[in-house]
Amino acid sequence: MSPQPDDSNEPLVKIRGLRFYRGERAIFDGVDIDIPRGLITAIMGPSGTGKTTLLKLIGGQLRPDAGTVHVDGQDVHKLNNKDLYRLRMRMGMLFQSGALLTDISVFENVAYPLREHTRLPESIIRKLVLMKLEAVGLRGARDLMPSELSGGMARRAALARAIVLDPKMIMYDEPFTGQDPISMGVLVQLIPRLSKASRLTSIVVSHDVAETAGIADIIYVISNGKVIAGGPSEQVANSDSPWVRQFMDGLADGPVPFHFPAPPLEADILENATQPPADAGATL
Amino acid sequence: MEPLARLGRIGIASLERLGRGHLLLLHIFSGITDLITRPRLLVAQLHSVGVLSMLIITVSGLFVGMVLGLQGFYILSQFGAEETLGVMVAASLVRELGPVVTALLFAGRAGSALTAEIGLMKATEQLSGLEMMAVDPIKRILTPRFMAGLLSMPLLAAMFSAIGVIGGHFVGVGLLGVDEGAYWSQMQAKIDLHEDIYNGVIKSIVFGFVCTWIALFQGHDCVPTSEGVSRATTRTVVHSALAILCLDFVLTALMFGE
Ligand SMILES: Nc1ncnc2c1ncn2[C@@H]1O[C@H](COP(=O)(O)OP(=O)(O)OP(=O)(O)O)[C@@H](O)[C@H]1O
Ligand SMILES: [Mg+2]
Repeated sequence: MSPQPDDSNEPLVKIRGLRFYRGERAIFDGVDIDIPRGLITAIMGPSGTGKTTLLKLIGGQLRPDAGTVHVDGQDVHKLNNKDLYRLRMRMGMLFQSGALLTDISVFENVAYPLREHTRLPESIIRKLVLMKLEAVGLRGARDLMPSELSGGMARRAALARAIVLDPKMIMYDEPFTGQDPISMGVLVQLIPRLSKASRLTSIVVSHDVAETAGIADIIYVISNGKVIAGGPSEQVANSDSPWVRQFMDGLADGPVPFHFPAPPLEADILENATQPPADAGATL
Repeated sequence: MEPLARLGRIGIASLERLGRGHLLLLHIFSGITDLITRPRLLVAQLHSVGVLSMLIITVSGLFVGMVLGLQGFYILSQFGAEETLGVMVAASLVRELGPVVTALLFAGRAGSALTAEIGLMKATEQLSGLEMMAVDPIKRILTPRFMAGLLSMPLLAAMFSAIGVIGGHFVGVGLLGVDEGAYWSQMQAKIDLHEDIYNGVIKSIVFGFVCTWIALFQGHDCVPTSEGVSRATTRTVVHSALAILCLDFVLTALMFGE
């Protein structure tokens, strides 16, 4: 569908000069990112830096205030609705919350994209769904409703749904959070296996540094609206930039702020002491 | 300047909402062709929007009809005109109470449920999830609900009126001794297909359109938090009630005004 199909030199996702504001606050302030084809790219950064926002910008659910996002040679934010949906058919996305449809069972959730986009007979749908559920260890949970799953199980069911159409690219938003060591191990093997088996391009958003660095080919570290490091994973993991070191080693002190932007603590406390909020306790 | 600026901001925000509401409506309409190929989605919604509202509609219709029987008998008998009780009951129901009360009940029963459902789907990212699965959530989720509301309302209103007439009969004929033949024959003679029934049906179609639109828009436009959903649900009921009563006046003036 793209002008030069599968041009291996061209990155699958090309982000240039991306700016995105939430009110006055710049979430992204001039970000350039390349996601190469067929590899696993990790996007890391402290909580609240906009990793989820970045995935939504790539998926065309949010519009940037400036800059462009190209996926497979197409400018995502210039596509009309029909072409955008066609592009999304080749993308899978694992939401941080799972985002399973709550009124149908796990099996039906995983079958949903197949039923929407293909005309496969029921027996094949069943086979495909069970295979994907088996891969995430939830074949036995197929008849449960999403409300009966734990958070980690819901995320794995959502992963099965995201890969059921065999997309070209998959975006994982925090795949490891809430997983016990065993399912974590399974996921850490599953993501590279999917990627290798079908030359799937993967974007993994995470702050589980060790697991993510272990499977990623490329790492980008984002903080304060900027890319502070990017490149092959060994290079970033061994970088001696203080920003990167602080994040990789989990140090509290360093150039990366742990706090959401705020005035100094003393100023805040003193201000509240002189004028107590009028409606304190009124809302709950 | 401050209050003026606030007024301006509120005005602009309201206009923006109105614009978004109309865009949403267009988007909902664009899903009708898809719906034709998936009638099952519509049937499921007709069940939850229409069939599940039937109980409250029939019970309310029965009681409203019975009250009309009592009140009508009391007034009409002062003029010795009890035989026209059937006309009075049927005309009030078909022209006014059927469409209006049904719509008010519908907003409370089905409209609020629609808003809460859509709002929660938004808050739990189910709508975003559908978008990323290349499924348009407006066409797949909102359009069937809209059509179900539009189709259900006239049917529910007709049911309300029919049960109300029976309720009036029960009180007027059964308890207060109005002549049964007069009750039905007067009704048959005086209720006009165009004047009364068509106009009532038109009203209930308009109300169905507006109530469902409000409910879906509030759900789709809500702030995706528990508080946002609860506020949106309240707004659905309040806005729907106001819209129904205002529109009822306008429609009545247009239909029976000359
Ligand atoms: N709907 C919204 N309205 C306003 N601000 C928002 C909204 N959603 C997110 N934000 C802000 O955007 C910033 C980035 O949010 P995002 O969810 O992308 O962070 P994240 O990097 O995914 O964090 P985490 O690792 O905790 O998931 C946050 O600081 C948040 O305050
Ligand atoms: Mg996030």
